Amino acid sequence: MIAKTLRPALLAVAITVFASGAALAQKKYDAGATDTEIRIGNTSPYSGPASSYGVIGRTEEAFFKMINDKGGINGRKIKFISYDDGYSPPKTVEQVRKLVESDEVLLVFSSIGTPTNSAIQKYLNSKKVPQLFVASGAKKWDDPNNFPWTMGFLLDFQTEAQIYAKWLMKEKPDAKIGILYQNDDFGKEYLRGVKDGLGAKASSMIMMEESYEVSEPSIDSHIIKLKAANPDVLMIFATIKSGAQAIKRTAELGWKPLQIINNGASFVSSVMKPAGFENAQGVLSAAYAKDGADPQWNDDPGMKRVYEFLDKYMPGADKTDGGIIHGYGVSQTLVKVLEMCGDDLTRANVMKQAASLRDYAPDTLLPGVKINTSSTSYAPITQLRMQRFKGEKWELFGGLLSRDAQRE
Amino acid sequence: MELFTNQVLAGIATGAIYACMALAVVMIYQAIDHLNFAQGEMAMFSTFISWQLMQWGIPYWGAFVITLVFSFIGGIAIERILFKPLAKAPVLTNVAGFIALFAIINSSAGLIWDFTIKQYPTPFGSAPFLGSQLISTHQAGMIGVTVLLLLGLYFFFQYTRIGLAMRAAASVPESARLVGINTSWMIALGWGMASAIGSIAGMLIAPVVFLEPNMMGGVLIYGFAAAVLGGLTSPFGGVVGGFLVGIFENLAGTYIPGVGNELKLPIALALIISVLVVKPAGLFGRHIVKRV
Repeated sequence: MIAKTLRPALLAVAITVFASGAALAQKKYDAGATDTEIRIGNTSPYSGPASSYGVIGRTEEAFFKMINDKGGINGRKIKFISYDDGYSPPKTVEQVRKLVESDEVLLVFSSIGTPTNSAIQKYLNSKKVPQLFVASGAKKWDDPNNFPWTMGFLLDFQTEAQIYAKWLMKEKPDAKIGILYQNDDFGKEYLRGVKDGLGAKASSMIMMEESYEVSEPSIDSHIIKLKAANPDVLMIFATIKSGAQAIKRTAELGWKPLQIINNGASFVSSVMKPAGFENAQGVLSAAYAKDGADPQWNDDPGMKRVYEFLDKYMPGADKTDGGIIHGYGVSQTLVKVLEMCGDDLTRANVMKQAASLRDYAPDTLLPGVKINTSSTSYAPITQLRMQRFKGEKWELFGGLLSRDAQRE
Repeated sequence: MELFTNQVLAGIATGAIYACMALAVVMIYQAIDHLNFAQGEMAMFSTFISWQLMQWGIPYWGAFVITLVFSFIGGIAIERILFKPLAKAPVLTNVAGFIALFAIINSSAGLIWDFTIKQYPTPFGSAPFLGSQLISTHQAGMIGVTVLLLLGLYFFFQYTRIGLAMRAAASVPESARLVGINTSWMIALGWGMASAIGSIAGMLIAPVVFLEPNMMGGVLIYGFAAAVLGGLTSPFGGVVGGFLVGIFENLAGTYIPGVGNELKLPIALALIISVLVVKPAGLFGRHIVKRV
């Protein structure tokens, strides 16, 4: 009893002594942060149709465990609370409410998916809880005016598509383009990006736009239709399975257009290999992150750290999985932001620091690609490099292509 | 004209996928009078088993046979453990059971083999077949296997005692019991066979759509459409239905403006509904008359 009443008093004395004795910056906390702990919330699809992305959440958890083992962030341990939302928006809402109101997390970090994050965006912004580094490539997360508490991470699909279009206008100005895209918001954002990028020439350069449903078992019919229109450039905006099928079928039909495939469907192990390396020669794409399956990074200091982390904290994990690379890079960036926060662990300061990243390069990004944010740009990654598939890996070519250059 | 021929040929090739699946769907319908929503997932799981066996160094045909046996026993086991206790339960209870099974198998496969897509070998090669780049030797092989399977089933049901017993158990269970047929085991046998046929379908489909836990999602819907079109009671109808759906889907997608880009999947669903309204027994199905 005595101990109990004494403890706060002692603590108060200690704090006063500290504050007056040393000229320490004043510690400021919101819910979810203390002298010993920072609580971070997350939702991921560990079950259900998108469960292949669950690996991102698991990687983040392992990464924070590594940080804790090394002493934490400015002496504070991270408590990562991650719930399964099955990629179902109503469930995301329920879990995020629980994270904010019962677990009292400081921020919600890297929740996965476009529809799921859309469902919680208004709630988190009205509660003034950071929705940091959303794991989705939609453009809408970069909107600091309307949603100052939401920040994306990935390069958005539309900008990526614009970069391909600009590249084509420069390198192949008389291209006749056929486009295969997934019939949903994801595919349509790419389509919009290409049209934006081509501008006035869009109608003369695009010969055919063909969409497929993600549930279609085989996309043969669409490839045949595209081939009949005889374009010399085929742009493929697909998820991994259909992307692999498109590359494979195009080759099997003996059709050899210049192929450009979106970054999200350019993984060596899950797209190029199933499609057949012999079929994938010469395919173009763009990238900002290193591919874990690519031997050219074996001696790269950054990737060496990634591999060491995987060996120790995720033994048996498939290092070629793009989700792991993403999870590592985004976690490293969050740790950087929290370090920058120092002892001012308020939600407002978290957003302020997240919007003050300057030329930050996590271990997983390609050489030259750097993260920059500001109070008017909530898009951390805005740069890409073109790459061409050769042998069993991607070869980078050309310099950095960036969104900002697009705007000029 | 070339586009037309190409789309028809590609439709036949895709139709072979649906036909395989429809055969498994018809098989289970014959045995239990319900559509098994977990059929596709069972086939997917079997395909993963065969893939795993091949990873362990067993040659293709060895893995094929082991998988067939495993699937047959697995199908019987599922019936004995899960659905025999539900035999007298209402249809909806069974449907809930199928959906539960669907989720369980899908998630377990993801847990064991993860969700990245995998290459799956084909025993037939993938060179162009008879000079046509639209149908590969694999797809030709697939059509061949489907036809063989169909013939095998026909002889089994028409000319063997156990086939006859199974038909009797499915169509008039009470009379069948009275003449001494163990109807309960006939149903289990039906599950085993459907599961084995499904595994063949899975192993044939995987080289085309790649192996992953969700590979059967779309295929099963088209398989249902094919089975309904051809007649749920006729294996032959199911196979013909598969090819028809494949061709119809491609042609509608190519030539009906607007449909091509937006409504390709609903075509299968529209087909199911129109067949059920116009000719509920399907093209080749047995007309069922119930005494009231």
